Amino acid sequence: MLHMVNKSPFSNSALEEAARIASKGSPILLIEDGVYAARAGTSFAPKLADILKDHPVYVLTPDLKARAVDKLVEGVEQVDYSGFVDLVEKDKVHSWV
Amino acid sequence: MDEEMEVNENVKKVMFVMRKAPHGSIYSYEGLETVLITAAYEQDMTMVFVGDGVFALVKGQDTTDIGIKGFIKTYGALEHYDVEKIYVDRVSMEERGLTPDDFAIDVEVKEAEEIAALMEEQHATIPY
Repeated sequence: MLHMVNKSPFSNSALEEAARIASKGSPILLIEDGVYAARAGTSFAPKLADILKDHPVYVLTPDLKARAVDKLVEGVEQVDYSGFVDLVEKDKVHSWV
Repeated sequence: MDEEMEVNENVKKVMFVMRKAPHGSIYSYEGLETVLITAAYEQDMTMVFVGDGVFALVKGQDTTDIGIKGFIKTYGALEHYDVEKIYVDRVSMEERGLTPDDFAIDVEVKEAEEIAALMEEQHATIPY
């Protein structure tokens, strides 16, 4: 199952809850304000590094660009809109809104 | 026999993932309403309370002085709609200093791995 998060980890616990509940190996896709979780050098970055040990983490490039998030935590993978569609098509999806 | 099987095929497993505290937004109440509506169609329902969602179940909520109608009593209706799979994430409960005795209805406390497995087997998971 793909887990989608669209909230900043600095104001909302959605990503931490998603990562804790999601089965090991399940992908997490960060969109909208969720992409701030992927920014390198923040206080959340070490937590994302931990999450990456158990889950592949994808971020939506247009949302990164819109927010000028240009340095990413190592291991995070960028997807464009068609990559987003590929991820969503592959499996069931839960949005942690 | 054939008819019974057809009916069963129409039953979907639907899980509502409740993650919001009860009165700060409409999500918690709307989620409960949607569960009751969906249950009326005799679907295979599960509710799981994660994060601040667990606060919605705490007994003794008195909303009189904030001028809204509380809905903690409505949870009591779930069993009459055969919604019996009501689960609480253990970590979320413990982080908030709660125990099952604090809840207005009977719930089953689940580990994250159990919740994950349940999510995987649903036809649909609905966030609230």
